[in-house]
Amino acid sequence: MKEIHGDFSKKSKKRKLESFGRTISFVCIALIVLVVLSILYFVISKGVSTFFVDHVSLKDFLFGTLWRPGEVGEDGNPLVGALPMIVGSFGVTIFSAIFATPFAIAAAIYMVEISPKTGKKILQPVVELLVGIPSVVYGFIGLMVVVPTIRSIFGGTGFGILSATLVLFVMILPTVTSMAVDALQAVPRHYREASLAMGATRWQTIYKVVLRAATPGLLTAVVFGMARAFGEALAVQMVIGNAAMMPTSLITPASTLTSILTMSMGNTVMGTLENNVLWSLATILLIMALLFNILTRWIGKKGAMNK
Amino acid sequence: MNPKKADKIAVGVIYMMSGIIVLILASLLLFILWRGLPEISWEFLTSPSKSFQVGGGVGIQLFNSFYLLILTMLISAPLALGAAIYLSEYAKKNWVTDFIRTAIEVLSSLPSIVVGLFGFLIFVVQWDFGFSILSGALALTIFNLPLLTRTIEDALQTIPATQREAGLALGLSRWETVTRVILPAALPGIITGMILAAGRIFGEAAALIYTAGQSAPALDFTNWNPRSITSPLNIMRPAETLAVHIWKINSEGVMPDGTQVSAGASAVLILAVMLFNLVSRYLGKKIQKKITSA
Repeated sequence: MKEIHGDFSKKSKKRKLESFGRTISFVCIALIVLVVLSILYFVISKGVSTFFVDHVSLKDFLFGTLWRPGEVGEDGNPLVGALPMIVGSFGVTIFSAIFATPFAIAAAIYMVEISPKTGKKILQPVVELLVGIPSVVYGFIGLMVVVPTIRSIFGGTGFGILSATLVLFVMILPTVTSMAVDALQAVPRHYREASLAMGATRWQTIYKVVLRAATPGLLTAVVFGMARAFGEALAVQMVIGNAAMMPTSLITPASTLTSILTMSMGNTVMGTLENNVLWSLATILLIMALLFNILTRWIGKKGAMNK
Repeated sequence: MNPKKADKIAVGVIYMMSGIIVLILASLLLFILWRGLPEISWEFLTSPSKSFQVGGGVGIQLFNSFYLLILTMLISAPLALGAAIYLSEYAKKNWVTDFIRTAIEVLSSLPSIVVGLFGFLIFVVQWDFGFSILSGALALTIFNLPLLTRTIEDALQTIPATQREAGLALGLSRWETVTRVILPAALPGIITGMILAAGRIFGEAAALIYTAGQSAPALDFTNWNPRSITSPLNIMRPAETLAVHIWKINSEGVMPDGTQVSAGASAVLILAVMLFNLVSRYLGKKIQKKITSA
């Protein structure tokens, strides 16, 4: 029998290779986490300097209705009320979600429950393709089609919350639809069979069983759509008119957090109040993204408990 | 109302709403192609843009888009691959992994304009890269990483555990199992995911306007010295992409034939996205076939 040679106090080649691979892959993931943490840290730390360095009160910032950075009001406080943009952002988000939800759910029902064959052949490819269309293209179409249409129907410039809502509606529709389809498909088949066996019609089955069972998933889809609408910058900026005033109607020019950021960030000098308040707006965006995230998690947990 | 009638009405309404959706989405696509395709010509795709005159093309923007796409993929693909391997093969079920997953989810939910502003703050201002392709590629990497990591991880997860066990039973280390067994098997999924990510990168604009910049200086396509400012390969030059170009033309409104140029550019963007979609499907199927039936 041959004797075994070799030094066992040292790591074998394999062990070395293994720890090398493990380290490399961990470094990759650590880098991503580091990026996330530094985004949170840098954006928020710039955002709060409005309040700690420039001593603007949080109340003036969140509820003030005059946005003229660089100017000072009668009471000596800078005019940096962000309420017009906050209202604009929430307005377009909520309205577009209200428009998109019924259509997305109807299309999902059609694709999953009523006619899976044509749904798969026609609707699905179209929806998948539209998820990938760049947002500037939606903005361009909004500018070419939606704005002139609104102008000819309601008068005015055509720019405003209504136009932005319509553009966002079309934009989030594919996303919400494809997630709603996933939600409906996750409902087990025997739920439907049980309901139909009890003598329920197709619609009764859909309405009383399938939709109820899929509610958490559908809600997640809508929240995802809202998060996308809230964070969309360029498509909205192109059609909303970019007037930083409290919106008085749906068809007068308004602005959102993202549109003001897009317009102004390049025109301010780092470290000044005008620049810091923009970072405060970005902080609001960031916090809202976190909240949407928490909301989907919470919905997911609730849904899991019910099952 | 009796249930049968209600059923008919409800189904009718659903048919109608689905019809409306198909109508909206189809007319959207057709509108872009109908307006844009007539604008596309070889000259449009190759000549530089003009700000105040009629007849500019999108040649430089198109090149910039592809160059940025390639650079971004070069940076983000290995990173996402490593991260996905860690999550799929090494991560234990504990709070650290939960934290990592939460962080990735947060990153994927951040609006792209916030990613762009972060890129502006760090790469452009603090690291002094200026408005450059490098800044743009780094910002796009951040934008791309979470989704790419997730798709690669999903692709790795579809490989059955028996494959891993077989690798380990043959005396391979875990890392060797991953590189020799799992990765080749998961390749179709990984490639599909990468091409879909490429489509997303190609159309992204919000993350770029404050990182890669909004200007496209003239390029000399005979100069391949990467350190020269007019060289297309230079990564420190500002580079407006196709998507940014569409946005800029429409928000500035000084270009006399801006509408035509944006229509043409939009059609190019959509065709590119369609192409990415088709290629990813085709390649996915083809590689699958080659691997499974060989």
